[in-house]
Amino acid sequence: MCGIVGLFLKDKALEPKLGAMLSEMLVSLSDRGPDSAGIAIYGAPSKNEAKITIQSAKPERDFRGLDAELAKAIGVPVSLATKSTHAVIRTAPDKVDAAREALQTLRPDIRIMGAGEAVEIYKEVGLPEAVVDRFDVRSMTGTHGIGHTRMATESAVTTMGAHPFSTGADQCLVHNGSLSNHNNVRRELIRDGMTFETENDTEVAAAYLSNRMAHGKNLGEALEGTLSDLDGFFTFVVGTKNGFGVVRDPIACKPAVMAETAQYVAFGSEYRALTKLPGIDNARVWEPEPATVYFWEH
Amino acid sequence: MPATTMSKTQREQGHARVFDLSEHSLRELNQALHKLAPGSNETAWEVLNPKGSHSVAVGVDQPVSIDVRGSVGYYCAGMNDGAAITVHGSAGPGVGENMMSGSIVIKGDASQYAGATGRGGLLVIEGNASSRCGISMKGIDIVVHGNIGHMSAFMAQSGNLVVLGDAGDALGDSIYEARLFVRGKVESLGADCIAKEMRPEHIELVQGLLDKAGVTGVKASEFKRYGSARKLYNFNIDNADAY
Repeated sequence: MCGIVGLFLKDKALEPKLGAMLSEMLVSLSDRGPDSAGIAIYGAPSKNEAKITIQSAKPERDFRGLDAELAKAIGVPVSLATKSTHAVIRTAPDKVDAAREALQTLRPDIRIMGAGEAVEIYKEVGLPEAVVDRFDVRSMTGTHGIGHTRMATESAVTTMGAHPFSTGADQCLVHNGSLSNHNNVRRELIRDGMTFETENDTEVAAAYLSNRMAHGKNLGEALEGTLSDLDGFFTFVVGTKNGFGVVRDPIACKPAVMAETAQYVAFGSEYRALTKLPGIDNARVWEPEPATVYFWEH
Repeated sequence: MPATTMSKTQREQGHARVFDLSEHSLRELNQALHKLAPGSNETAWEVLNPKGSHSVAVGVDQPVSIDVRGSVGYYCAGMNDGAAITVHGSAGPGVGENMMSGSIVIKGDASQYAGATGRGGLLVIEGNASSRCGISMKGIDIVVHGNIGHMSAFMAQSGNLVVLGDAGDALGDSIYEARLFVRGKVESLGADCIAKEMRPEHIELVQGLLDKAGVTGVKASEFKRYGSARKLYNFNIDNADAY
């Protein structure tokens, strides 16, 4: 099973409500996957500041004093805002790689959830309601976001096995389905310089897209490539700094419904997830076609 | 459709039993429907605020009419045996799965495997149906005003599938004796499914189904018939390439 949602706002007036809307959508699909849940929210991108979302099983120990230590290590100012087991580090955009490296030494036990100018990623084991409350997702503002509630099949129920997976700056992906050639694709991507945190099939799909985009493809072209290079069942919803995409495998047995109005484009595994969106009764609602790429950019 | 007409009349007279799913649970609705005894006077039902709920009006076995106001999720009207169920919205996967008798009308679109394994009755989809429509159908009649997706009528055994629009890839793969009638274009035919001649009895059959489904302005002669080449019923080594 698994439940996935996505929301891409066209109307700026809705941006303060993005977190609340996306939370509502995800919680409505709780019975599609009780194991873990996660959400990626894209706030307004800033040219002067990059964000790194980190996670720790022992946040009190790991996050205390980390901003000062990291600032000293990379030589530029750093801020750190803690939200439960996660924290968002803000620093200079050209220091992200240095910060990642320093974090490995300063706090070897923490995990990096994602980084970029816009994205923040929160994911944990537990029901969507608990995860959304823990990170106060409802109060978050932003331009677009994706979410996932997981019924695990391909790898362990852990924080790192939860979706979204982020494998490139401001890129992330959620997946309903299972891939059968992920080990092979992972080997090919490792040979091309990609790194992996888990044994999870979805991480391979995320890394595949990051790799294609690093080779100059746009989001649409990268999504098109999944149809020939990834084998298995998938409905993917993908976020980039300014974009939002959807693709389903040719068999398309994993459910998907989309809705579009002048205010937003929304995705849900089921129509249930869309029923509380404003103006849904007059929205264009459709089932995305198999083997067809849909994407929107700001 | 006589049953739908009856429901409208009764509602106008204020006799329909209204069930609001924002106030009552789905289980309460389905249990109330299952408790209906033969000859009950509660012959007209209206369901409000389904909001994508699963399993709305599943397993009804009395000839009542049920109007569902809004879109439903998985398995709406499954196993229907005699009721006339109208969804004034779209339906999620598996609508009318294993229907035995009666009728189901979907005013909007239907998702995957609409009418799967249906044994009888009439399923009308006024919008489009997606993949696997009528998969393994065993006697049901399905009329789709729009298009149907890929792998429709896979292993279809008996019954009739009438499509006013187009059909997706691999129509009728591994089909047995179901009859498929498509007015538009067929993306591709599945294994052992072939185009067949429209004989007078088929024109008559399609016309009857169009009439029952309330379709007007479309002639039965505009449809093409597809069915089984009957080469894969029993394994024959000479046909190994066709599987």
